Amino acid sequence: MTIHMNPEEPVSLSKKPTGFMAVDTDSHSAEAPATMIEMGSFSAWYGDFQALDNLDLEIPEKRVTAFIGPSGCGKSTLLKWINRMNDVVPTAHASGRLCLPDIDILSRTTDVVALRRRIGMVFQKPNPFPKSIYDNIAFGPRLHYTGLRRSDLDNLVEWSLKKAALWDEVKDRLNQSALGLSGGQQQRLCIARAISIGPEVLLMDEPCSALDPASTSRIEDLIYELRKQYTIVIVTHNMQQAARCSDQTAFFFEGRIIEAGPTRELFTRPREKQTEDYVTGKFG
Amino acid sequence: MTQAGSHPLSTLADRIQPRDRTLLDKSFRWFCIATASTSIMILAVLLVAVFYLGIDSLNWNFMTHYPEPNAAEAGLGPALWGTIWVCIVCGVFALPIGVATAVFLEEFKPSNKWLLKFHGFIQLNINNLAGVPSVVYGILGLTLFVSMAGLFGTPNEPFVSVGVRYYDQFFTAGQKSLRIPIDDPSQPNTIAEAGMRALNSDNEWVDVNVVDSRRDLPRSLEERRYAIVKGKSSGRIEDGSFYYFRIPFGRSVLAGSLTLMLVILPIVIISTQEALRGVPQSLREAGLGLGSTKWQVVRNITLPAAIPGIMTGSILSMSRAIGEAAPILILAGAIFLTNNPGSLMDDFTVLPLQIFDWAGRPHKEFHHLAGGGILVLLAILFVFNLTAVLIRQFTQKNLT
Repeated sequence: MTIHMNPEEPVSLSKKPTGFMAVDTDSHSAEAPATMIEMGSFSAWYGDFQALDNLDLEIPEKRVTAFIGPSGCGKSTLLKWINRMNDVVPTAHASGRLCLPDIDILSRTTDVVALRRRIGMVFQKPNPFPKSIYDNIAFGPRLHYTGLRRSDLDNLVEWSLKKAALWDEVKDRLNQSALGLSGGQQQRLCIARAISIGPEVLLMDEPCSALDPASTSRIEDLIYELRKQYTIVIVTHNMQQAARCSDQTAFFFEGRIIEAGPTRELFTRPREKQTEDYVTGKFG
Repeated sequence: MTQAGSHPLSTLADRIQPRDRTLLDKSFRWFCIATASTSIMILAVLLVAVFYLGIDSLNWNFMTHYPEPNAAEAGLGPALWGTIWVCIVCGVFALPIGVATAVFLEEFKPSNKWLLKFHGFIQLNINNLAGVPSVVYGILGLTLFVSMAGLFGTPNEPFVSVGVRYYDQFFTAGQKSLRIPIDDPSQPNTIAEAGMRALNSDNEWVDVNVVDSRRDLPRSLEERRYAIVKGKSSGRIEDGSFYYFRIPFGRSVLAGSLTLMLVILPIVIISTQEALRGVPQSLREAGLGLGSTKWQVVRNITLPAAIPGIMTGSILSMSRAIGEAAPILILAGAIFLTNNPGSLMDDFTVLPLQIFDWAGRPHKEFHHLAGGGILVLLAILFVFNLTAVLIRQFTQKNLT
């Protein structure tokens, strides 16, 4: 089985998907990056409740974009729309434009399985499967490909765990249950699991909110490393975290984007009063 | 008015006292112990009584013999085998259907408003069905499986039948059985007439000595073996191979199993649903987030995580099926059988019915047999429940 992500470029393991390939990172900050996810007049509802109102935002490729804002402002909702996780909520519906460069995410004909292969997700609470560490990582590749040899999987597991800076801690106990790992290790395992299928985008929904400061700092380092290869969207309640590890920040309030722009500008010279109040801790 | 700083209740010190709750607390504890031990006592008395009643009956003959009229020789072989057959066949049908239904109800919630209502309607019906008395299912099974509402002929003249030979059976004056193969079971039973040939018990063709009246019967026992009075009527019997199948099912193992399936299906579905609900939503999200299809989520994540709960629920419902007497009584009646079932279409009886039959007889010896039967039934139920507990313990250890 081959997942055709875009018609010109059939993906198979022999020709590795883009996510697997190392990207030259030095040109990273120099050029203006291309847009990975584009939304225009995007609105979303849960039943009659409007969760998102007329969003216009461009998420740049191979950058970290942070969504900040008080609870219930719609940032997680937006994240879930980007890989259509909201499909499982029967009352959820949306309008407007939400696109990758080559496909319309919201279209009825979009293959959500293929979409989620391109857009990986890391959740708020670490959610490893009740399987071995090895099987957790091999799970995704096994879903999408047949004919994988044991050695292919071994390589892939090692590659993913190294990427997620977890390899050294778990290489001697790959066959033990993933549930025996600490919270921080579990979350890095979930990141390794997400990148094991070679996504282009990584969505992270408050990935550090259940972790202690030391684990948080490791994950932040990891995010900084991963931005060389992946477009990362991170939802966070932690302003310092957004300031530390993101390139772009969007400030959400009551379902609207109040302000979006380069992180440094947004934190040092916010244009809107509301943004200033939030980032300086006057409310929220 | 209370003064600022002092606790509002302190001004009421002359009027209110601390509530003394220790006595009530202690008595409640004793009340709980008393009620719990009452039920355990009753159970213990029952068990001891049954044990004393039935322990002497338990021996190998009792487990293998058919329920002969002579109490000393009688056993529960056919009932035991009937129970095993019914239990296996019932499980083979009830578990896949029940688990699949529960997966549909839990994992495939539709987004369409009307389909959602339909979903709720099914759910409501299943919850209601769990409360229907099992005797009602017996009546349903009688119509649905035994006779199939008469749409496909009768069990004696079935619409479809595979793997069976029909015979007309005569009993000769020498109390031997002779059989004549019948090709078309819809024809009336054979009447004894001159020149008839039939199969003896060794499956050899023999000439039947048909005589005109009882006075003409030969004197010697040897000659009477194949002698029949002219005009004697035969009984239709069927000799099914192990794959014997017919529509309608008649009062057969299959009909009984399917009826018990109806009895336990709501329980299987509800307990499986409970088990599926116990699987954290975050695991499903993790699977979907990696690009699993719905089937892959169910196959790789939800079902494996729910297996302990599903197994426990299934085994407990199976033990309910084993203990059911009412629907089988309606369906098959309390019949006397000398053979263990050999195919899905064979007549059968089950342990609860055999116990019911023995317990209802006036002679004391049969009450001891009933006690023995109860012990066998209890032993089977105990093994089932033990398996459920063990499965739950072992599989849950693997998960956490």
